[in-house]
Amino acid sequence: MNRKKIIELKNVAKSFDGEVVLDHINLDVYEKEFITLLGPSGCGKTTTLRIIAGFVTPDTGDVMFDGVKINDVPPYKRHVNTVFQKYALFPHLNVYENIAFALRLKKTSEEEIYKRVEEMLAMVNLAGFEKKDVNLLSGGQQQRVAIARALINNPRVLLLDEPLGALDLKLRKDMQNELKNIQRKTGITFIYVTHDQEEALSMSDTVVVMADGKIQQIGSPTDIYNEPENAFVADFIGESNILDGVMLDDYKARFSGHDFECLDKGFAKNEAVDVVVRPEDVDVVDPEKGMLKGVVDSVTFKGVHYEIIVTIDNFKWMIQSTDYVKPGQKIGIYIEPDAIHIMKKSEYSDMFGDYSSFSDELEHLSDATEEEE
Amino acid sequence: MHRLAAAPHIVWSVLFIIAPLMFVIYYTFTDANGKFTFSNIASLAQASYFEIFMRSICFALIATAVCLVIAYPIAYFISKAKPKTQKILMMLVMLPMWTNFLIRTYSWMALLEDTGIINTFLGKIGLGPIHMINTAGAVILGMVYNYLPYMILPIYSVMSKIDVKLIEAAYDLGSNPFQVLTGVIFPLSLSGVISGVTMVFVPSISTFYISQKLGGGNFDLIGDTIERQFQTAYNYNLGAAISFVLMILIMISMGIMNKYSDGETEVVV
Ligand SMILES: Nc1ncnc2c1ncn2[C@@H]1O[C@H](COP(=O)(O)OP(=O)(O)OP(=O)(O)O)[C@@H](O)[C@H]1O
Ligand SMILES: [Mg+2]
Repeated sequence: MNRKKIIELKNVAKSFDGEVVLDHINLDVYEKEFITLLGPSGCGKTTTLRIIAGFVTPDTGDVMFDGVKINDVPPYKRHVNTVFQKYALFPHLNVYENIAFALRLKKTSEEEIYKRVEEMLAMVNLAGFEKKDVNLLSGGQQQRVAIARALINNPRVLLLDEPLGALDLKLRKDMQNELKNIQRKTGITFIYVTHDQEEALSMSDTVVVMADGKIQQIGSPTDIYNEPENAFVADFIGESNILDGVMLDDYKARFSGHDFECLDKGFAKNEAVDVVVRPEDVDVVDPEKGMLKGVVDSVTFKGVHYEIIVTIDNFKWMIQSTDYVKPGQKIGIYIEPDAIHIMKKSEYSDMFGDYSSFSDELEHLSDATEEEE
Repeated sequence: MHRLAAAPHIVWSVLFIIAPLMFVIYYTFTDANGKFTFSNIASLAQASYFEIFMRSICFALIATAVCLVIAYPIAYFISKAKPKTQKILMMLVMLPMWTNFLIRTYSWMALLEDTGIINTFLGKIGLGPIHMINTAGAVILGMVYNYLPYMILPIYSVMSKIDVKLIEAAYDLGSNPFQVLTGVIFPLSLSGVISGVTMVFVPSISTFYISQKLGGGNFDLIGDTIERQFQTAYNYNLGAAISFVLMILIMISMGIMNKYSDGETEVVV
């Protein structure tokens, strides 16, 4: 693929009050792509966006736009527009004037402004809202005005900082589709920030997983899911059983006291590794036919499948299966070679245990607190 | 508001607002014997009173304008400072108000006199003396000096509450720093400007004493005229009538201000 780079971050580092927020990150953003920065709170996503927008100057490293260094170009001279998290609509202007703001600065003719604003309103499904007071709009409507306002300038790149964070689930899904459509239609590069992995996977061409001010992995949603780079990514994206293992040889891994065939190679002989097996890739079989055997701890009905926690060799696995098993039942599990993913050991290797402390309730609780922020 | 909770407010209003107002109206429309009359008001229709009113309006407008021009950038820079610095700077702004109004005015006399501190200094460096005391400029200076904090305070308080995200959004959409000021900061601080203008204009137009001391009695203002009626002429009825007209004048100007503020932020009296 010979895609054109539009933005490059080269070795960009930033500290606030002596605390490292971005630790020498390198990122290429290509034209017309939908790229998402994904990571837990405080990992530096917003800071990265603000560096691209021009509100934060990196301590070291370069920001390039079309191959030209723009470290010292002020925000108002960059071909980049932002959709702010809390919308930041101008309260003293109505919907029409908010959207027209950028054009008015450029002394555009009234007819041209009218034409463009109407186009934008149609695009975000707000036709007829011209005269409305922005303070009286619903969250979803304000969001649309913010998008229209940022797009009217035909920016080369649109930055979106958790634009859907404040919307309820239903509206959020609708807006995800709409944003994706707008991005396809306009062909504008979107750099999107979220800490919602589902949103990131379903919308993006490229996902950038960040943690602790570092980029953990850059790749397509399927790559990120199927081939996580390290234990952090594996844990952050979806559910995963992360086990300690040893690479015996190319295509041969040992974990849980059993030798498995796998598709990974290129590791040193007997190199200690992290092994990822996704819960939906584990087959439940009769104990005698299983590669590993264990006793079922608990079973939860999830609609599409059962969520089964099984203890095998002192490790609690999560398995998603459509077949019902009983708690206390002895089962075997079977894992296909392509269901096994081997990762190099990293600083995150020991941070993710098994599912022994796992409880749905707790997860929901932590989700809720996250959303409040 | 609950009726009970409103009770102290009502008592307070009656005591300190309604009652004095009633007195003013009573004296305005009665003669020395307490008989109803329009003669007090009618007697104001004289060139000399007209001149005093016009001068007062004129001085108050100039003082307000000067205050605005000085206060706006000060408020802007204070609101841009670090939170700790903001507190200190605002305290400095309020500092002169800790000394008595009379003392402040006397100090200015000492400063502005032909043989005063400023002229002594100017004389030494060969630039003076410049005659300053007893001029219209000195009177307006006195007003500006005394009422400037009332302009800075409301503008600063509105400005410091402007969401920085709005300013960033304006930059993001292509505003240069000057356009950010005119397109976002100014319109969003307008309510502070309107309160400030009111809070300076009203005391300026009714001020007394400043003109007597810094204007040397050459510039009679409404406030001084009212004071004279009560203090020296003992003509309460005429004094009340002047106050009454002044009140109407202030009410009209407040009405105009409220209209400008678009009903969005009512001027608080
Ligand atoms: N202007 C600033 N001054 C001091 N510290 C800052 C500043 N901006 C960000 N930080 C710090 O940098 C870290 C990263 O912040 P950032 O806003 O980039 O995180 P984020 O990934 O966007 O998180 P969230 O998902 O919570 O929005 C945080 O610890 C934050 O407190
Ligand atoms: Mg953020």
